[in-house]
Amino acid sequence: MKPLIEVKDLHVSLQAQGEVIRAVRHVNFTLYEGERLGIVGESGCGKTILMKSLLQLLPPAATVDSGEIWYQGTDLVKLSEKQLQKIRGKEIGMIFQDPMTSLNPTLKIGYQIAEGYLRHFPQVTKKEADARALELLKQVGIPDPELRLQQYPHLLSGGMRQRAVIALALAAKPSVLIADEPTTALDVTIQAQILDLLHHLQKDMSTLLITHDLSLVAAFCDRVLVMYAGQIVEEAEVGELFARPQHPYTQRLLQSIPRIDGKGEKLFPIAGSPPDLSASLQGCAFCSRCTDAMNICRTETPPLFELPSQKTRCWLLDPRRKQ
Amino acid sequence: MLAPRSSEETVIIVKNLHFKYSSSKGDIRAVDDVSFEIPEGKTLGLVGESGCGKSTLGRLLLRLHEPTEGEVLFDGNNIFSFSPSELKKWRQEAQMIFQDPYASLNPRMTAEDIIAEPLKIHGIDIDPGIIAKTFQQVSLNPQHRSRYPHEFSGGQRQRIGIARALILNPRFIVCDEPIAALDVSVQAQIVNLLKELQQQMGLTYLFISHDLRMIRYIADEVAVMYLGKIVEKAPTEMLFQNPLHPYTQALLSAIPLPDPVAEKKRTRIVLAGEVPSPLHPPKGCGFCSRCPKVMDVCKNTVPPLKEVEPGHFVSCHFVKY
Repeated sequence: MKPLIEVKDLHVSLQAQGEVIRAVRHVNFTLYEGERLGIVGESGCGKTILMKSLLQLLPPAATVDSGEIWYQGTDLVKLSEKQLQKIRGKEIGMIFQDPMTSLNPTLKIGYQIAEGYLRHFPQVTKKEADARALELLKQVGIPDPELRLQQYPHLLSGGMRQRAVIALALAAKPSVLIADEPTTALDVTIQAQILDLLHHLQKDMSTLLITHDLSLVAAFCDRVLVMYAGQIVEEAEVGELFARPQHPYTQRLLQSIPRIDGKGEKLFPIAGSPPDLSASLQGCAFCSRCTDAMNICRTETPPLFELPSQKTRCWLLDPRRKQ
Repeated sequence: MLAPRSSEETVIIVKNLHFKYSSSKGDIRAVDDVSFEIPEGKTLGLVGESGCGKSTLGRLLLRLHEPTEGEVLFDGNNIFSFSPSELKKWRQEAQMIFQDPYASLNPRMTAEDIIAEPLKIHGIDIDPGIIAKTFQQVSLNPQHRSRYPHEFSGGQRQRIGIARALILNPRFIVCDEPIAALDVSVQAQIVNLLKELQQQMGLTYLFISHDLRMIRYIADEVAVMYLGKIVEKAPTEMLFQNPLHPYTQALLSAIPLPDPVAEKKRTRIVLAGEVPSPLHPPKGCGFCSRCPKVMDVCKNTVPPLKEVEPGHFVSCHFVKY
């Protein structure tokens, strides 16, 4: 498989009330052509900051401290704002969590989609762009697409708005689609519809799905990165991750979530909460919540150990331990 | 006067409860002829998607709204006929835990003041020992008593909300989406805490959630709501093993499993369309516009909620009795 996006040793920090929060640390990953890659983690783990840094859409308080993001032979970190605008939407499309705030409330749906298309294909006529908008609304399964083109976002339900946002993201036929919690704001029956739609659309794109919901990853992705406290702690094929999770955090996370198909008497929560990333972290970020923590875990940050089937950031998997 | 309570009693009996919102565009029947009971020490899980009326129903049970019709009996007394003084006294017995642990705590009050406020309102002496005990009950460190809400994590804040609901030693608590705003690893902490407290104190819960996965862990009985009506109600395992209403079946199938192997084998029922506007509900069964099994009769006649096996109620023309 051909690599499409390669992230190399990325560090992103945030300035907040005089403190520096190291939101993304030592992140390396590759998104391959045609792949569905999931990034899973809890709130504050840095997954959204990571996703926003890919297209340099970071809030003003955030900066990329070091690292490279390679796409088609260019390092996106080094591009100017003008150069980035040619990539955003055209090469890499995005869907955000809240479909209401991703749409401009004062512009008609059809106009917003056509605008995105015209921006990247200036030679196209207005009429052609309108036709493309209609075609896209049909593609994402919005009922009465002709009517919806003429409507403002507030007249659409949450599920329909998310479909419109997806249509917008697809307008310029990007080769990568980044979806940040695309179904979190939606009801489960609507979530099922949107997942179904993403499945259908995925055929000629690579997708990066960012979510807190391991079940979504199981249902949608080929490969998954687990993030904790700004780092990738585990990377594996989806089947492997769920069958044989290696990192204690992944293991505990899987035990703490309820399953619809199994009756359980008790859930096993993870005690405590994630560490404060403003404090200078020593050792493994998970060690304060880990029941298997050893002395070394408190003093030295573990590297990502390469196992036959996955990569895991945990001292327990240090090959030197197995005599 | 409040009737004396006997043990083994049903704490809450809801009878033909209706609640209508009036808007400029017409009436919305947020709660439409709902009846159920919750026995002492048990949990009724109430599930449904946004706008189905589940929160309105929860608030009606605490008399935070006045119903259009129907009654809620608490120990046999209709809470809607309480006098103001009876109502205030009863409020000690019935409490609420809210969804958003950020919005439901006053940011200018310390944890201790928040937890003690119900005592103040009810004119009960504030005993520091009781406060410390309540902190411990919800696994909060009593040394953090003078901290402000922003100094706590989301899970800890929800513990403060739970402590505030517990301090008056209530018997009934409406938990309105108490874990929806929390991280997955913390959700399990809170659900386990609520279960432990129930066992220790014999609490009765109405647990409102859109998350059927958690409902299975906490509820003894589950009621599924759609467009203001209960469409199916059954003991928890019966509902999960043998869901009969097409909506319940779709809801269960819509939730992905944290298991890629099982996911590949499943066939998901994807419902077409969306919940109809409550301003213009369908004439017959509320679900008929999205139901994969819809028949002609569904479009004209509202199906009654019928008991199809002991304890299992369904409102669907398709289910044979």
